[in-house]
Amino acid sequence: MKKRKERIDRGIKVRSEDIFALTSYREMIYLLAPRALPVVGLLLFVPLFSPYWREIFISTAIYALLAISWDVLVSVGLISLGQSFFYGVGSYVAGALNHYWGLPPVLTLPVATIGGAAICTIALLPVLRLRGIYFSMVTLVLPLMILRLVEATRIFGGTEGLTGLSPFPGQLTEMYIANACLLIALFGFRRLLDSDYGLIVRGINDNDRAVMNAGLNIHWYKTQILFLGAAVGCFAGAFGTHHDMFAGMPGFALDYSIMPIAAAIVGGTGTFAGSVLGAFILVPLSEILRALGALRIVFYGLFLVIFVVGIPEGLFHYIRRKYHQFERWVDVE
Amino acid sequence: MLLGTLIYGFVNSCLLALLAMGFNLTFGISGVANFSYGAIYIFSGFAAWIFLNSAGLPYALCVIMAIGLSATLGVLIYHVVIKRVKGLALSEVMATFGLGLAIMELFRYFDFVGFKYTLPNLIEGSVAIGDVYIDYQRIAVILAAIALTGFIYVFTHYTRTGLAFRAIAQDERTALTFGMDSDHIAALSMGFGSALAAAAAVVVLPLGTIAVEGGYDVLLNALAVCIVGGLGSTVGILVASVLIGYAQTITANYLEPHWMMLVSLIAIAIVLCIKPSGIFGHQKELEERI
Repeated sequence: MKKRKERIDRGIKVRSEDIFALTSYREMIYLLAPRALPVVGLLLFVPLFSPYWREIFISTAIYALLAISWDVLVSVGLISLGQSFFYGVGSYVAGALNHYWGLPPVLTLPVATIGGAAICTIALLPVLRLRGIYFSMVTLVLPLMILRLVEATRIFGGTEGLTGLSPFPGQLTEMYIANACLLIALFGFRRLLDSDYGLIVRGINDNDRAVMNAGLNIHWYKTQILFLGAAVGCFAGAFGTHHDMFAGMPGFALDYSIMPIAAAIVGGTGTFAGSVLGAFILVPLSEILRALGALRIVFYGLFLVIFVVGIPEGLFHYIRRKYHQFERWVDVE
Repeated sequence: MLLGTLIYGFVNSCLLALLAMGFNLTFGISGVANFSYGAIYIFSGFAAWIFLNSAGLPYALCVIMAIGLSATLGVLIYHVVIKRVKGLALSEVMATFGLGLAIMELFRYFDFVGFKYTLPNLIEGSVAIGDVYIDYQRIAVILAAIALTGFIYVFTHYTRTGLAFRAIAQDERTALTFGMDSDHIAALSMGFGSALAAAAAVVVLPLGTIAVEGGYDVLLNALAVCIVGGLGSTVGILVASVLIGYAQTITANYLEPHWMMLVSLIAIAIVLCIKPSGIFGHQKELEERI
């Protein structure tokens, strides 16, 4: 007798789908728990750690933001292999403003976010008109070439970078800024992609010609999404540069490209929550595995391959399925 | 100076063409962007080094074995990884990129870093053309580039497998109806691309040392040439190699050597502004493509 696995929505999921969810606390908790978990975890729980681990969670938030930025671009079908381009541009804009004009982080963060995103969007604008892997190729090439540019022309401090940037007032403040921005990005983008606007964006990913047939200018939408994704990445860069009190060539290094992609793939693409989950698994894990040195990147690479080929849905989709549905084996007639 | 620039520019062009050829071949035929290309390049370099220095085999045998091993690795990567995600551009790119990183960083972990990792020249010595001295290895680069271009032309135009390559590249479904196994051909194209990477490695690597960073540089150069020339176009690759190669040499000779890498960046920027799909790009802009 052959068996197959049957998946059925849990009763509580069906009951809590419309206004009747308000009739029982159990159903309200069912709805709220997954959404409250990251908020409570990031704002209340994470600050309880020791300063050493807080430091790690700050860099986790930076990687999570970069992963969200990657996921935003993927939602419209642009596969970036160079998140470090956004990180590097954001970090150099913030660093230069702070280093040369002495602007405080309150000003450099927003300016670097918007200005950096504008620079990245303009730099990548020509590639948006092409399909396929051109975007991946150009994003992979750009940050590595800019590294050479900085090295060769010695602009912005050359190989030594811009040092002595102003730090944030305190570790806790810094942590709350990072976590709050992460939550805003997470919930904001989830909401955006659930709206009608998001429908168009996902439509461009699924079938761009159909969206063009609907009389929509897909290049304009792609540009907007690129700007949004780049803004998140540039913010991460600007934040990271004030965190390190240093803007330099490591900002364009491959670490900032590979880690966010690995996080988003391990967590699962398309939901942003998956990217955050992936970052909160991979970054602390890599801190624990610090002793392995160069072998860590080998693991990220293999993680990528295994998840892409073997578990393409990622962890978040798996958890979500278990939360909403139960499974049982039934006979095949 | 002028003669030197001309000669060394040509060497540089041939070198770039050699590096980009394998990547372009694989993409042109199977549509797989092999981002582990750089990793395969240094893999074959280190493989040749290990055969030569640890196993003590004669150099000619090492070269053949390194090329064969890389080709096998390419076919293996196709069957184990790419075949499972074929057609999903996102997954193909991610999987090959991750795999390439893993291979390259594994070499770094096992401490394959240093000046002792060099391959010997095929022929020692140098020759004078006018008042410019050029060593035989650089002439070997030129000859290898010309020979491989010729080989690819003959192979894809006059052999059964080569014609099947082109058929799959032109129209996969029609080729399927004629009984060509697209998976088999794609695996072969991966193997061919990897073998070309290995061939480039054994000719180019004796000019310097084998370093993990070299793998990233090769991928960068290959991508730059492909972006400028247009993906999947052999003529485009050759034209772009000549353009970038001469521009780099002129920059190195008349400005400063470390500005060389900027040339490709500027070339990419200009091409993207004027004709984003590359000089001879088959991958047309969205509106033109059905």
